[in-house]
Amino acid sequence: MQWDIVIGLEIHVQLATKTKIFSGSSTAFGAEPNTQASAVDLAMPGTLPVPNEQAFRYAVMFGLAVNAEIGRRSVFDRKNYFYPDLPKGYQTTQLDHPIVGPGFVDIDLEDGSSKRVRIHHAHLEEDAGKSLHEDFDGMTGIDLNRAGTPLIEIVTEPDMNSAEEAVAFAKKLHSLVSSIGICDGDMSQGSLRFDVNISLKPKGSDELGTRTETKNLNSFRFMEQAIAHEVERQMDILEDGGRIIQETRLYNGDRDESRSMRSKEEANDYRYFPCPDLLPVVIDDAFIESARDLLPELPDERKARFKEQYGLNDYDARLLSDDARIAAFFEEAVGQGKDAKLAANWVLGEFSARLNAEDKTVVQAPITGSQLGQLVARIADNTVSSSGAKKVFEALWNGDADNADAIIEAQGLKQVSDTGALEQMVDEVLAGMPDQVAQYQEEADPKKQKKMLGGFMGPLMKASKGQGNPKLFNEILVRKLGG
Amino acid sequence: MHNKSVAELSRELESGKISSVELTHEFLDRIKAEDRQYNSFITVTEDQALADAKTADEQRAAGKASVWTGVPFAHKDIFCTNGVATTCGSKMLANFVPPYDATVTANFRAAGAVCLGKTNMDEFAMGSSNESSFFGAVTNPWGLGNGEKRVPGGSSGGSAAAIAARLVPAATATDTGGSIRQPAALCGVTGLKPTYGRVSRYGMIAFASSLDQGGTMARTAEDNALMLNVMAGFDPKDSTCVDRAVPDYTATLNEPLKGLRIGLPKEYFSDQLSPAMEQQVRNAVKEYEKLGATVKEVSLPHAKLAIAAYYVIAPAEASANLSRFDGVRYGYRCDNPKDLNDLYTRTRAEGFGGEVKRRILVGTYALSAGYFDAYYLKAQKVRRLIQQDFVNAFNEVDVLMSPVTPSPAFVQGEKTSDPVTMYLEDVFTIAVNLAGVPAMSVPAGFVDGLPVGLQIIGNYFEEARLLNAAHQYQQVTDWHQKLPQ
Repeated sequence: MQWDIVIGLEIHVQLATKTKIFSGSSTAFGAEPNTQASAVDLAMPGTLPVPNEQAFRYAVMFGLAVNAEIGRRSVFDRKNYFYPDLPKGYQTTQLDHPIVGPGFVDIDLEDGSSKRVRIHHAHLEEDAGKSLHEDFDGMTGIDLNRAGTPLIEIVTEPDMNSAEEAVAFAKKLHSLVSSIGICDGDMSQGSLRFDVNISLKPKGSDELGTRTETKNLNSFRFMEQAIAHEVERQMDILEDGGRIIQETRLYNGDRDESRSMRSKEEANDYRYFPCPDLLPVVIDDAFIESARDLLPELPDERKARFKEQYGLNDYDARLLSDDARIAAFFEEAVGQGKDAKLAANWVLGEFSARLNAEDKTVVQAPITGSQLGQLVARIADNTVSSSGAKKVFEALWNGDADNADAIIEAQGLKQVSDTGALEQMVDEVLAGMPDQVAQYQEEADPKKQKKMLGGFMGPLMKASKGQGNPKLFNEILVRKLGG
Repeated sequence: MHNKSVAELSRELESGKISSVELTHEFLDRIKAEDRQYNSFITVTEDQALADAKTADEQRAAGKASVWTGVPFAHKDIFCTNGVATTCGSKMLANFVPPYDATVTANFRAAGAVCLGKTNMDEFAMGSSNESSFFGAVTNPWGLGNGEKRVPGGSSGGSAAAIAARLVPAATATDTGGSIRQPAALCGVTGLKPTYGRVSRYGMIAFASSLDQGGTMARTAEDNALMLNVMAGFDPKDSTCVDRAVPDYTATLNEPLKGLRIGLPKEYFSDQLSPAMEQQVRNAVKEYEKLGATVKEVSLPHAKLAIAAYYVIAPAEASANLSRFDGVRYGYRCDNPKDLNDLYTRTRAEGFGGEVKRRILVGTYALSAGYFDAYYLKAQKVRRLIQQDFVNAFNEVDVLMSPVTPSPAFVQGEKTSDPVTMYLEDVFTIAVNLAGVPAMSVPAGFVDGLPVGLQIIGNYFEEARLLNAAHQYQQVTDWHQKLPQ
């Protein structure tokens, strides 16, 4: 039987506020356990929450970035359950009146098509603390530093139909929240966490199947694996005539296994009700407009501008615009010259490959956009050949000098483009290779002739100590050999 | 000195007739000698009080005194006091010493008042008789002369009894469904529950967040005004606190009452009220007519639904508010828990008393899937109707007057076996909390030798008008000056 895969995502995004959503404690990652937990975070008796305005601003910025309606009257609810790292015995979250209403994100797929994924809503809530099950000899340690860190939980419609689409959406969302500055985007520290809802239905059917939820995936690779794993698991069950149980599952990426965490029957009755310690928060036009003013250029807007302004193709424009930091690096490089396409090729080619090889992000790169841009300008004006440019890049990366011109000078990589000097070299080399000249002139097939030109290039480059402009050499050769 | 009001004691201190240290000693001695029979204090902070009194005397000598500098008083044990045990009347918090002050506590500290200790209360403020305290019941000073052990009311029964017995001239209190007004009425003292949001709830241990309000208790209306001057005001630590200018509540105490429009809600003069009680209330209203007020009957048509709505909303909020008492971070923890579930269940089974558990169960039930709409949502709708009743009534009159309780102080143990009978104690006080309006209890006579309270209810933020009305009444009556035998 053929199956349709239906995927919806819930994404927890930690907001990059300095302090917690309901207290003045720092949200910085990595402090000693429980050093960033105030009386409010510990839920000491009588303490009360005070909402962090910046968390609302960030949530509204997100809403605007995904073309969503903003909840004008935002209400907090209590979600009741007992757990040691949940100090109040309830999580303060939003149920019926979230800060961000319906919106959408367009994703680009590998085949060049694009797809719209609808956002159902996004709500503000507080993160829980952490339970540490190791190092305590049969006991559990509680670290409440994270308790009260502001989150937005983004809930999509079940609009994705493959792991590829889900991962493309996840990456797009990651790029979006990072580039608008509301999240540090560091997935290794749990700044974005994905829950994946998956169901299968017979191909073409309108009726959704029973879904499962796989929780807390914190890398794109695990997400892709977990989806593949769960799709296969459900398919096996359905094809054996079984039924999918609605449940929450945990995926172990290292072992490519999943297990049931709890079924729907075991699910808590969270007894949601409006939090009486927090009044409804009214979001007015002025607040929304001030949040809009803070929004930088969004990836989709940037992509369109790159195509328009620099004449880039769709593919290059997308790769350069998704990450604000790469986009900024590229524009800095372009600023040094006129050849945007060449700059794009270098940023996406040599530069990106080198970053990947050394597992670095763009901000960790040892060279700046303007340094690369200067090199690109020297390629464009024929000062240096492309093979010479690779040597210059290598030297820049290693910090041998801080600008391309100095390296070109020091390493003698400057191309000779004086045609008089080049013609003389060609004459001398041809004079020393009469047999090859004769062979070339007897060859009738222009393709083979073209190949044979390479035989003259080696001695020419040697004669010019590698500094002859290959393009000019080529032109002169063709002319002198007669064609 | 112990029969004097806060205003009088303040003048004595200012004139130098007595020092704060001497005054503090006098009240501490009275507590030591007499509180065994009332049990109105959970904690007495003798050393701290004497140190604070000494500081107060120095401040006064340096000319830096406020009205409150050096005046002794007490806090209900629901207000967190930095470094001093704050139990909320519960075993759960018997060992809890907060590392922070409630905003109310900090305000009194800043005013230079001398706190003598923490007064007894129903556990987590859940009760109308002060019999649910882990630290034992409080006995009403009234009736003791006849050998009767009567309840002081609750939940602020410790504060009310301590003031009635002249162990302190004033004490803080809180009111969620009548917990200031009912004990004030039963102990013959004057109490004020301010408008919801007038006094910060930060550091005041929560029972039902949307109803809880800190307030004042003393013998006179004037002293209540002096207390509210210290307590009222915006607090950035409490999101439900209202940012609105605070008047000097003593400034308008002497305004004449001529033309004051009094409404008598007919639903509060029902057959639940004993004829003798009704007579006392109507006599008080007559006094107001003599002072120039006009009286008319008004209606609060949804008042009869108040208890039902309250006993859904308050327990629902309490069921979540009390979840933090889990034995993990502070407070009581059961011995040798086997596992996490055992830690939770035994800590809470052993740490909470019966009434608290009953309300957590009721609240949990009301919020459960399948019941939420029928209970919680319906109760919230009723609450809005009740609020509208008050808005409508205040379009016609300036204040409402009614009894505070259906009957005077009852004998300890009389209602403990039937929670619903106990809940009916608050039949005249609860609607006020659901609406959020301010209300006072003012001593207004006696039935069978036991005090009777007159309830005066005002429009939102009209505490000054209530205090003015109470003060004028106290200029022409002396019910608030009567001493228990």
